[in-house]
Amino acid sequence: MGNNKRVLLSFAACIAVYAVMQSLISLDVIGSFWQLNIVLVCINIILAVSLNLINGFTGQFSIGHAGFMAVGAYVGAVLTVKFQLPFLVAILGGAAAAGFLGFVIGLPTLRLDGDYLAIATLGLGEIIRITILNIPYVGGASGFMGIPRYTTFAWVFFATVFTVFFIRNFINSTHGRACIAVRENQIAAEAMGVDTTKYKVMAFTIGAAFAGVAGALFAHYFYIAHPASFTFMKSFDILTIVVLGGLGSISGSITAAILLTFISAALAGYPEWRMIIYSLLLIILMLYRPQGLFGNRELSLKMFGRLMGGNKRGTTEGN
Amino acid sequence: MALLKATKLSKVFGGLKAVSNFEVTIEKGELIGLIGPNGAGKTTAFNLLTGVYEPSTGEIEFDGKSIVGLKPYQITQRGLARTFQNIRLFAELSVLDNVKIAYHFHVKYGILESVLRIGRYHKEEAEIEKKAIELLQIFQLADKKDEIAKNLPYGDQRRLEIARALAAQPKLLLLDEPAAGMNPQETQQLMKMIQWIKKEFDLTILLIEHDMSLVMNVCERIYVLEYGSIIAQGIPEEIKNNPRVIEAYLGEEVE
Repeated sequence: MGNNKRVLLSFAACIAVYAVMQSLISLDVIGSFWQLNIVLVCINIILAVSLNLINGFTGQFSIGHAGFMAVGAYVGAVLTVKFQLPFLVAILGGAAAAGFLGFVIGLPTLRLDGDYLAIATLGLGEIIRITILNIPYVGGASGFMGIPRYTTFAWVFFATVFTVFFIRNFINSTHGRACIAVRENQIAAEAMGVDTTKYKVMAFTIGAAFAGVAGALFAHYFYIAHPASFTFMKSFDILTIVVLGGLGSISGSITAAILLTFISAALAGYPEWRMIIYSLLLIILMLYRPQGLFGNRELSLKMFGRLMGGNKRGTTEGN
Repeated sequence: MALLKATKLSKVFGGLKAVSNFEVTIEKGELIGLIGPNGAGKTTAFNLLTGVYEPSTGEIEFDGKSIVGLKPYQITQRGLARTFQNIRLFAELSVLDNVKIAYHFHVKYGILESVLRIGRYHKEEAEIEKKAIELLQIFQLADKKDEIAKNLPYGDQRRLEIARALAAQPKLLLLDEPAAGMNPQETQQLMKMIQWIKKEFDLTILLIEHDMSLVMNVCERIYVLEYGSIIAQGIPEEIKNNPRVIEAYLGEEVE
């Protein structure tokens, strides 16, 4: 069937990209500075795609994603450092803890809409951070130190592929359609038999869990988990990627994550100009493309076909 | 036994009695009209029946069981689907996706199956797609299945909303002013379509309508609502000649 062929093809493409990148890294063509940025790109993709599930697809405006990332980072670090558990267990543990917290927090807060939800999640993200700041067991204000560097390019790459694969397939199922229905019109969704609360909480939980994965990978790359890495500024960074790429577009989030991380890295040489240029770029992009780079569409072969002069209408199916 | 039975239903908003002592009984297979002047409480009554509002007092029995206090999605899952007076489509989605969403609660595959694309996923998705397209064909929307819903002409949007409600496979369909904003020709077509789907899908229908020709021609029985209460009910002939109904619509006669 054409379906299986497409899946195999995308897997082959992923392996090929991995092989090329990995050999470039092994051959030292990609230096440590760019290696660091590639890892950051992958972590940002995980964060952005998972936040897009909540903000873009389900339409629940959350700006507390860094909080869930922090939970994943700290729980993951505790599992490897204090309990000497394998890295995979730490990642899964971080994801489970963040997901559980997302579930517990989502249940009461998702009754709120729009601005109110945004403010509530902003506050909750800060509460998580301040709580961690006051737990001496995980290092308190000076951060959790001595975390082994388990995160390699292979780990982040395949975690990213898994995240994208998971969320894309989720979206293209009846459960994903239920989430999108909540975004489009909550009253109509309810009238069509969709349990809107359940799907809001579900999207929130899944999104939080993947933020936990990103957090665990993050902490195990930088040897340290510090509360200052997970302020609301981090949440805004992730949100910027999602909005810039397009709310409701996975390929948009990926492109924007790559673009913004590399722009930020390229400007590292001009620290005094960096934030100015970065902000100007954002303003210009938002002026000319308020719906984000891709709007709510996905990058697909069909889209290329249309750009090349074909006039067929893209459907939500193909990507 | 009646399919839907509402007894002594009322809804109070602050000091305003929007609906009081609302009573309807609908037998299986009937096509009932609910009419009344603007602001009589027709849509409020619909919202009570579909769980959007919880009634202040009264009882609603659907298919032999009480549905008071259930959430709207639970009521829909019991087999009571509706359309809205002000169209509420999933505006940014394709016509096909609009209909597919309504099959949601009939789907059995779980999250794991959808993420890993195993088990019942492919089979059920193919089935949903097939059924949705069949339904769109009935409503002459199949060739527009990839259009974004908000770009459809108004009449098409109305029909899409009915198609979507039918995809939920209800026993009772509530239509809130299905002909609103349609021209006489479109209304004619809609009348035929309503009668046809009722037979084809073995449905019971309750509709709110202002277009008297539609109501009088299609409905088997009519309830008239004024100031939140039922003031008359009966077959179209009786309603047409009922002095209270004429008074409600045209005002009192001058002595």
